[in-house]
Amino acid sequence: MKGEKKELIRTEHLKKYFPTPRGLLYAVDDINFSILEGDTLGVVGESGCGKSTLGRAILRLHEPTDGTVFFDGEDILKLNRRQMKDKRKDMQIIFQDPYESLNPRLTVSQAIQAPLIIQGMYKASDRAGLEKKTLEMMDLVGLARRLVNTYPHELDGGRRQRIGIARALALNPRFIVCDEPVSALDVSIQAQVLNLMQDLQEHLGLTYMFITHDLSVVKHLSTNIMVMYLGQMVEMGTPAQIFKHPCHPYTKALLSAIPIPDPDQRMDRIQLKGELTSPINVGPGCRFAKRCVYATPECSQTGCALREVEPGHVVACHMVGEAVD
Amino acid sequence: MAFLEIKDLQVDYATDEGVVHALNHVDLELHQGETLGLVGETGASKTTMAKCIMRLLPQRTGRIHSGKIIYQDQDLLQASDQEMRKIRGAHIAMIFQDPMTSLNPVLTVGEQIAEAVENHRHCSKAEAMRRAEEMLELVGIPAQRVGEYPHQFSGGMKQRVVIAIALACDPKLLIADEPTTALDVTIQAQVLEMMQALKEKLNTSMLLITHDLGVVAQNCDHVAVIYAGEIVEYGTVRDVFKRMSHPYTRGLFTSIPQVNADVKRLIPIPGMMPDPTQLPAGCKFCTRCQFADDRCRREHPGLYPVEGIHTARCFRLEKGGSLT
Repeated sequence: MKGEKKELIRTEHLKKYFPTPRGLLYAVDDINFSILEGDTLGVVGESGCGKSTLGRAILRLHEPTDGTVFFDGEDILKLNRRQMKDKRKDMQIIFQDPYESLNPRLTVSQAIQAPLIIQGMYKASDRAGLEKKTLEMMDLVGLARRLVNTYPHELDGGRRQRIGIARALALNPRFIVCDEPVSALDVSIQAQVLNLMQDLQEHLGLTYMFITHDLSVVKHLSTNIMVMYLGQMVEMGTPAQIFKHPCHPYTKALLSAIPIPDPDQRMDRIQLKGELTSPINVGPGCRFAKRCVYATPECSQTGCALREVEPGHVVACHMVGEAVD
Repeated sequence: MAFLEIKDLQVDYATDEGVVHALNHVDLELHQGETLGLVGETGASKTTMAKCIMRLLPQRTGRIHSGKIIYQDQDLLQASDQEMRKIRGAHIAMIFQDPMTSLNPVLTVGEQIAEAVENHRHCSKAEAMRRAEEMLELVGIPAQRVGEYPHQFSGGMKQRVVIAIALACDPKLLIADEPTTALDVTIQAQVLEMMQALKEKLNTSMLLITHDLGVVAQNCDHVAVIYAGEIVEYGTVRDVFKRMSHPYTRGLFTSIPQVNADVKRLIPIPGMMPDPTQLPAGCKFCTRCQFADDRCRREHPGLYPVEGIHTARCFRLEKGGSLT
């Protein structure tokens, strides 16, 4: 390792609540974490746990309800519209569904050029410059140059996702939120895209926040993993800590539910009762208590603060060290 | 004697861009009480296979060129529409991929289950409704919810309703087309476990279509790997997973990050699936295969035995050799 890595992203008490007719929906509730430059933070959880909202709140695509987001030491929630637009050059996002996140009326080159023109890095009249940059980006993400004038519907999922990546990278960002970038892809294509993202991170020193429900992908890519449940962080640690020594009952259940592609390794599943409970008007207690096999009456009354079980490994469960182990 | 036997099945789709060769001389057997996994990527024609067995191919574009699908001494491809209506649901039932779109939003779940029952058992509405309640309990949904609409259920619950509909008439064969792909892992585990238990309880055979090798390893007895409309490898799950013999099967395994192994870098299968309107003349996988030579591009390989019933479609096995 070369020296101390710099902290690029830090959130403090980040909250995003949505008002609904039935009450407040606690999508992101008091999330604190930091990502070092060049690292990847994997965020896992079931659908509806608030992981996408978290990614968007950091980029201010959803305006956070409360809390702060620091980017390279600067509180970006204090920036005005113009300053924020400028900041977006450094912070990009790759969306989940390559079938829905591209404008069907734009060709590959138009799609890649749009952010360049919007951010004023190139003038729309600078055809030659734009074209050169487009081809450069296509080469970078492995899109054949002959596809430059094709429309998204002519391309398959893997290639479309490459357009999404090329678009995000065109502005030379330092930080990219990857919101389930490979979930819609077939395994052989998924591996191509994951390798590409790893290579780009290495060459360009990118920092990723990688949101996914696929634990094996997260283990493969991440420096740190955050497990979310109903808007809250329930556990965070390195892949080794999370996978070798999971502490939170939810993490354990999540890990035990992964089907292992080996007929000799039977799954030793931890039963989870029911499904994700409603994130609207949640009570004060542990949000996982209703599904937890270790839950005591105490759990549904008082929430559990995050505490460190080993260096860099935090868990929100007061049973850890007692019944759970 | 196989329970369901597919022989030399060849299916095309006529499209504006040309003829799509969806299934190319597929042979497959399914035995009583067994779960057969059908694995492959998007466009490998997994769903076409399911639709052929159910005779649900789109009538205008889908064409079955040749082949037989023999179920209980009857060739389903020769059956009349009337006969097929009796078989569908009662003998062979299907679970569709997306529970969000395969339920009717304006009918209660009870009505949808009862509809299947009424169609096959000439019983009263009340009896059918009672059966619907029974089925809901069976898949782990309280019977009181029989009068609720699909939007009142979560994704996992909707898939349970779909399963209840499929099982309502005690089918002998269940075709599950990516039954858990739209679900979260914890819910997927619940649903698969339930399907497994019901299958054993009712002695149903199952064709499980999926792209997830983990799901196959944990739930199937036999597995068939399909690529570009062809079975490229077949055997028991243990044979195929422990001694994968087709380069495509290997590629699938090296492409996935595994939780129980540390891999620094994935080894993807290069390139893309060939355009199904212009399949290569020889081996369909030759455009992406690191071992491909002139013969692979020219000649079409047959299925060669690996060991026992384990077979793979690769010339490298011709002389009984192994891939390694």
